[in-house]
Amino acid sequence: MNLNLNHNLNLNHSLNLDPNLNLNLDHTQNHSTPYGVYILVWLGLLTLTAITVTVAGIDLGNYTLFIALTIAAIKSYLVITIFMHIKYEEAIFKVFLLVSGMTLLIIFVLTFVDFSYR
Amino acid sequence: MAHNEHTAATEQHVHRDDVGARMGMWLFLFTEILLFGGMFLVYAVYRYQYPDQFLLAGMELNTTIGAINTIILITSSLTVALSIAALQKDNKFLSILMLVITIFFAFLFMVNKYFEWTAKIDHGIYPGSEQMLEKQNGEILFFGLYYIMTGLHGLHIIIGIVILSVILMFIVKDKITSTNLVKLENSGLYWHLVDLIWIFLFPLFYLIQ
Repeated sequence: MNLNLNHNLNLNHSLNLDPNLNLNLDHTQNHSTPYGVYILVWLGLLTLTAITVTVAGIDLGNYTLFIALTIAAIKSYLVITIFMHIKYEEAIFKVFLLVSGMTLLIIFVLTFVDFSYR
Repeated sequence: MAHNEHTAATEQHVHRDDVGARMGMWLFLFTEILLFGGMFLVYAVYRYQYPDQFLLAGMELNTTIGAINTIILITSSLTVALSIAALQKDNKFLSILMLVITIFFAFLFMVNKYFEWTAKIDHGIYPGSEQMLEKQNGEILFFGLYYIMTGLHGLHIIIGIVILSVILMFIVKDKITSTNLVKLENSGLYWHLVDLIWIFLFPLFYLIQ
């Protein structure tokens, strides 16, 4: 009697955990990106590097820094979404990313406001 | 007997949370972003204050060696991503090969950094040198930031080499397999972050012309 009860309990326990297990598998295996996608992103990153080096050689005045940072931002976007798999992660990861990005932005803006009106 | 096997199997599931592990890694990466972010902030303020002197100092850096190191890091980011994808597809050999190439590129990056820094130091450009103290404030700040930021980044590369080597041993010994590879994934995230920081260091230091 006792033994039976225990066994039942255990079964229930494992049943409860099964959805969890499926979730884990979902996030480690189903989203395996084909090799070709990574190679395409790599080629894109190399092209952007070539562009940023070439553009740096041309005198564009104040736009030089802006263009360099825009290209760096595009490269970061590619690395974060594809290489770092943010595209396939749950929404909470994107919220984290947004919060940390905004924190950094606010610190930059406030510092520059302080610095400019000193 | 069957009962025992059952509990063993459930225990294994209880102690694994891959999503949570990756979330923890991302939280750590954000502290890294804020660490480097603070330095980029110092850079931004001083560049705004001394634009001409930053330009003058930036000309001294070797753009070619910076570009080569950029290509090396981008390629090593690709190989670590391929290593993860290969293990997901249960291709242990390819995964190990890609990880070995990643570690090789990391060493190559440090070798370049060594030659770059020794060339600078031979020319008397290092914090506190006589030649440095004769320069203007903005130039001194530029080289100070150059050494501390690329130096801290280099330290991250060295830590990355250690982490990736340990992970490599785990894969060889089958401690990390296609069904249990979150350690490899998290090390990959760390390595991509190192690449990400370089993506910003490169134009800000080497591409001022």
